[in-house]
Amino acid sequence: MSKYYLDYLEQLESESIHILREVAGQFEKPALLFSGGKDSITLVRLAEKAFRPGKFPFPLVHIDTGHNFTETIEYRDRMIKRLNEKLIVRYVQDSIDQKRAVEQKGKNASRNTLQTVTLLDAIEEFKFDACIGGARRDEEKARAKERIFSVRDEFGQWDPKRQRPELWNIYNGKIHKGENVRVFPISNWTELDVWNYIKKEKIELPEIYFAHKRDCIIRNGQLMAASEYLNMDHEDTIFEKTVRFRTIGDITCTAAVESSADNIDTIIEEIKSSKTSERGARIDDKQSEAAMEERKKGGYF
Amino acid sequence: MNILRFITAGSVDDGKSTLIGRLLYDSNAVMEDQLEAIKASSRKNDDGTIDLAILTDGLKAEREQGITIDVAYKYFNTDKRKFIIADAPGHIQYTRNMVTGASNVDLAIILIDARKGVIEQTKRHSYITSLLGIKNIVVCINKMDLVGYSEQVFNDIVSAYKSFASKLKVKEIIFIPISAINGDNIVSGSTHMPWYKGKYLLDYLENVEVFTDAKQESPRFTVQWIIRPQTRELHDYRGYAGRIISGVYKKGDKIIVQPSCITSTIKKIETFDGEFEEAFAPMSVTIHLEDNIDISRGDMITPVSQQPPVTREIEADICWMDSKPLEVGSKYLFRHNSSGVKSIVKEVLYKTNVNTLEKVENDITVNLNDISRIIIRTANPVAVDEYDKNRVNGGFILVDEKSNLTVAAGMIAANVE
Repeated sequence: MSKYYLDYLEQLESESIHILREVAGQFEKPALLFSGGKDSITLVRLAEKAFRPGKFPFPLVHIDTGHNFTETIEYRDRMIKRLNEKLIVRYVQDSIDQKRAVEQKGKNASRNTLQTVTLLDAIEEFKFDACIGGARRDEEKARAKERIFSVRDEFGQWDPKRQRPELWNIYNGKIHKGENVRVFPISNWTELDVWNYIKKEKIELPEIYFAHKRDCIIRNGQLMAASEYLNMDHEDTIFEKTVRFRTIGDITCTAAVESSADNIDTIIEEIKSSKTSERGARIDDKQSEAAMEERKKGGYF
Repeated sequence: MNILRFITAGSVDDGKSTLIGRLLYDSNAVMEDQLEAIKASSRKNDDGTIDLAILTDGLKAEREQGITIDVAYKYFNTDKRKFIIADAPGHIQYTRNMVTGASNVDLAIILIDARKGVIEQTKRHSYITSLLGIKNIVVCINKMDLVGYSEQVFNDIVSAYKSFASKLKVKEIIFIPISAINGDNIVSGSTHMPWYKGKYLLDYLENVEVFTDAKQESPRFTVQWIIRPQTRELHDYRGYAGRIISGVYKKGDKIIVQPSCITSTIKKIETFDGEFEEAFAPMSVTIHLEDNIDISRGDMITPVSQQPPVTREIEADICWMDSKPLEVGSKYLFRHNSSGVKSIVKEVLYKTNVNTLEKVENDITVNLNDISRIIIRTANPVAVDEYDKNRVNGGFILVDEKSNLTVAAGMIAANVE
């Protein structure tokens, strides 16, 4: 190969930067949804690549379930300070207090789906016309069907049967007032691509991605972090394990994996030889075969 | 390592999803929890084996009906290459989704059911593949197990396909006899077909060379976003951010900005990671010019010596994608790279019967999934290439300004002016 050739990570990076710049050019009020997970952290680096030395043409928006890993929030605040960009936080707790969302009951209660309410309210409050998210098509089978510019109706709903055709590198972000577009710049990346990119770019991550000792319980056959947010009873035994998290969401629905991988290289080796998918650690996806599709139809990102 | 993007096409029940399932499964891209989810699913084959097709049919309606409605994107890799698969639906009513899938891939796999041979859908998909500028086709003749792995059946289909495909603009067509369900000639060779001496599918996909040399292409770059920090330290910073569509750009190049026709020189090419003496497609970069000139999003910067034609009247092939038919005389937004200008469809010259490849001149009503040749006039000049010469700069979409829907995919055939 000549030097006029991009390696696969460079190709993916260039495609994602192109998408981010299209968002900046096509929308009035975009936002970047930031959860503190590795995918949105990757998005932030891509945004730096797309817009520096200028400012980001959008704020970062965190829909906070209140059930966070402390490490994630500390990381978020450190990052914002370094970036010198605007962060907007909206709380699921506020939606619950305003009776717009109802807390789930029972042992498996989670605030994950409640995020949709808070997200849709935030979109309305700030009149966001585009929300950039770090979802990837390799995560889940309904996601594999979604466009990079995914148009949602005024209720935030996704209609998989009425998606706009998406051709070449041309993205159609034209929408009616009230509608909005979810944009997924890293649609074509896989979990391993993200990790390889984090390694290449030397991006700092929240420590919970790396192996550490933690109090855990077993819930539905999965290792869960013992926390005040988990509905625990006398049947639950707390024990210490060396674990790490492969995906980070609400603490009540993100399972840990037993692991001794405490640096990027060992994590990459671990993922390469893993026999389970990343989403295998998400309780919320296991509720039914179409769990993700149903949530997305309801406005979930 | 590089990436190969390919599409799989074929008629309903030709086994596309099974083939992809097999590629993913045999290359260890399917995880245990995903497999368990499939096993738990109600849809199983009669003999109790896992239905690999479920891996790709991600929507509830697809699983209920057992058909593929929309394009699914799947990813796997081997030691040699990364692959992105666009799994396109076979139904006629979803032709537009096949065009979507075909618009940014390098290669197409077309499946043929060995029992049925070359049928209308085979021709339709092959024609779309060729129209979209894909140069490599792999024809997989599937279900060989159901025809006794017969060499004669294979040879007959190959010659039938070849006689049809002589009219297509494809560079390379190869034929592989397979059984997706049993895994013959997919990720390894087949003991059932010793008469077949060619490559098995994965071997071909890992080694096929489909890339163009950026150095040979005319340089094209569209401005997406202007970086202008306006801080004290960066008071005069003005960078034109965008992606190099094709070719190579060098510091010192004499350039022209379209459509304003202002000329200047490239002062600097940079990215977040530093400055470059030269940059090439498909890099996303920021270009600085010697002169402080008026440039907006959508403008094209090219070397003075290799300018694209700039025109307001275009002849193009379009695939109509809306349920509302095309109206001659109606205005649509013409979106090309990062620019959007108003346009009017002046004339429909003819439609193409995608099954026979014949021109239809007596019926020019353009309905959903029709492919036709039109003349379009834009409100402002646009810098376009013929699609055959430059796939990115020769492609455009039409957007209905009332519904905001993407109603057509267009490929520029020739400039009329």
